[in-house]
Amino acid sequence: MSITIYVPCDSSAVSLGADRVTAAIAQEAAKRGLDINLIRNGSRGMYWLEPLVEVETAKGRVAYGPVQPVDVSGLFDADFTQGGAHTLSLGLTEELDYFKKQQRLTFARIGKTDPLSLTDYVENGGYRGLKNALAMSQEEIVQAVTDSGLRGRGGAAFPTGIKWKTVLNTASLQKYIICNADEGDSGTFSDRMVMEGDPFVLIEGMTIAGLAVDATQGYIYLRVEYPHAYEVLNAAIATAYKEGYLGDDIQGSGNKFHLEVRLGAGAYVCGEETSLMESLEGKRGLVRFKPPLPAIKGLFGQPTVVNNVISLASVPVILDKGGDYYRDFGMGRSRGTLPVQLAGNIKRPGLVELGFGLTLRELLYDFGGGSASGRPIKAVQVGGPLGAYLPESQFDTPLDYEAFAAIWAVVGHGGIVVFDDTANMAEMARYSMEFCKEESCGKCTPCRIGSTRGVEVMDDIINGRNLDKNIPLLRDLCDTLLNGSLCALGGMTPYPVLSALNHFPEDFGINAKATAA
Amino acid sequence: MTESGFTQSTAQEIIAALKDKPGALLPILHGIQDAIGYIPAESVPDIATALSLSRAEVHGVISFYHYFRNTPPGKQTIHLCRAESCQAMGGRHLEEHVKAKLGIDFHETTTDGKFSLEPVYCLGNCACSPAMQIGKEIYGRVSADSFDAVINDIEATE
Repeated sequence: MSITIYVPCDSSAVSLGADRVTAAIAQEAAKRGLDINLIRNGSRGMYWLEPLVEVETAKGRVAYGPVQPVDVSGLFDADFTQGGAHTLSLGLTEELDYFKKQQRLTFARIGKTDPLSLTDYVENGGYRGLKNALAMSQEEIVQAVTDSGLRGRGGAAFPTGIKWKTVLNTASLQKYIICNADEGDSGTFSDRMVMEGDPFVLIEGMTIAGLAVDATQGYIYLRVEYPHAYEVLNAAIATAYKEGYLGDDIQGSGNKFHLEVRLGAGAYVCGEETSLMESLEGKRGLVRFKPPLPAIKGLFGQPTVVNNVISLASVPVILDKGGDYYRDFGMGRSRGTLPVQLAGNIKRPGLVELGFGLTLRELLYDFGGGSASGRPIKAVQVGGPLGAYLPESQFDTPLDYEAFAAIWAVVGHGGIVVFDDTANMAEMARYSMEFCKEESCGKCTPCRIGSTRGVEVMDDIINGRNLDKNIPLLRDLCDTLLNGSLCALGGMTPYPVLSALNHFPEDFGINAKATAA
Repeated sequence: MTESGFTQSTAQEIIAALKDKPGALLPILHGIQDAIGYIPAESVPDIATALSLSRAEVHGVISFYHYFRNTPPGKQTIHLCRAESCQAMGGRHLEEHVKAKLGIDFHETTTDGKFSLEPVYCLGNCACSPAMQIGKEIYGRVSADSFDAVINDIEATE
């Protein structure tokens, strides 16, 4: 029986040595005269075990990890190519608790397949959604997405079906599909994992979106910080064109859809959809006033769907299995699954895809295993740099858009960054203001000037200067940012700042709990 | 050909190849920076002419984006992540160490021209914080020691 070994090509796995491990395995196999089939798969998302090497056996794939090049000859000695026992043995990959307990819909293939193999993609359920969509009317496709309850996974949680319907109903000779792949939130990497680990699912999702609303051109606006994803996407797009999944006649249906990847240039604000479109048009990424909505007047003034990577990558499974199937996961008005990303100071960081409804505590302890440092978890920031800091007393909040809104927090793009008790939350609040100052597009005054003043006030507070005056001043400033900014950058910077102040007043030099904002 | 003659003709080739794309400015700027390492001031008038923009508009776009630079970088550019996840794993200490080891601050280049240091706000490697990127290579769980080892390796291979 031939030997098949998998080593991830995911850039996080590579950052921990996966390329060197692959080379060592190839070299050792050659030395021993073993004929092996070495496949670079996506990551399973269990990053504390990366580089995670898997071997195909009759019982299923057996995992070893974390593997370093020095371990390789020992693994061969232990007959790992036949699933032999070794100190790095983890057993069957899909029986690992962290993996087994997940509900992987959007991430169904990631870690299993070779990301650039269209054959793998099709054999594992790929392009079934498109096939169904080609047999449906545009209204039926939009209805299926609406029925699924899918809400924008980029952070704003706007119902995807409604957005599509608006574009479908807006007549125009040219419409566009934009994939917002400017995943700039710290603590998030699910978009990157999809693009590196299963690029065809994004291409399929965008193609279906194009069919649904009559758009013939798509752009993936990718952040420049993701060079690996750029290569993988371009290679996959080339294959899709070659095999008739993109181009002027998709699978002989007569439908046309073209797709191109465009790189951003290190501006966080370009993740805001109107700023992104300005950037795609070749301008400074200044936020636009809304209305008009992008769905009516978007890229180059034309009706445009702008969706996040995860939203678009969730479309194929919805069209394959039906809106009802997807909608049956989740809770309340948060339907389907959310790929949660556990990051920062956590023992078992990684990707956990589950229906909405799990509590933070379950994610942090049952999956995450507590802090990496072994110290108590002091706070978590959910939803990126514009998300609130939550203290331990709020860890029983279920992951649900409405439950988070009720405690003045956001789910955002599903990233959770964990801090242990050595973190100083006043320093983190200062950083939030500094980040806003660095990244402000400058169009509106509250964000442009307010963030600079915010850094100054935080410096005064951290140095204990005139707290009686400066704490109210900080609250006042946050109020202006919150209510007077044009977009979420200025409008949500108060979330981390005020939540840090309200939940951790002692870090700001205040003894009693401050009055809530 | 002089060095500036070379960069100018390279820039012109890139402009000619990309100018007809919709929203061509960012692809052109990326093309030039990929080829030359930065966007030379002398390429700005050519870009402006090709896209029917003013030089001020082109300059405005270059200066808006953190990634574009108008001066030559060091041989290697180190992008060190400053975002929350990396801070939660000791990123602030690492940042101090990196600056001390290289003897430069962010946006500076070592006097021998070997390294430039730039901050980055997230590399998407948050499950392996702290993270940095050198060229296209991404590094995870970076410590002071592993940083020194990487730098020493790069210096040894040059």
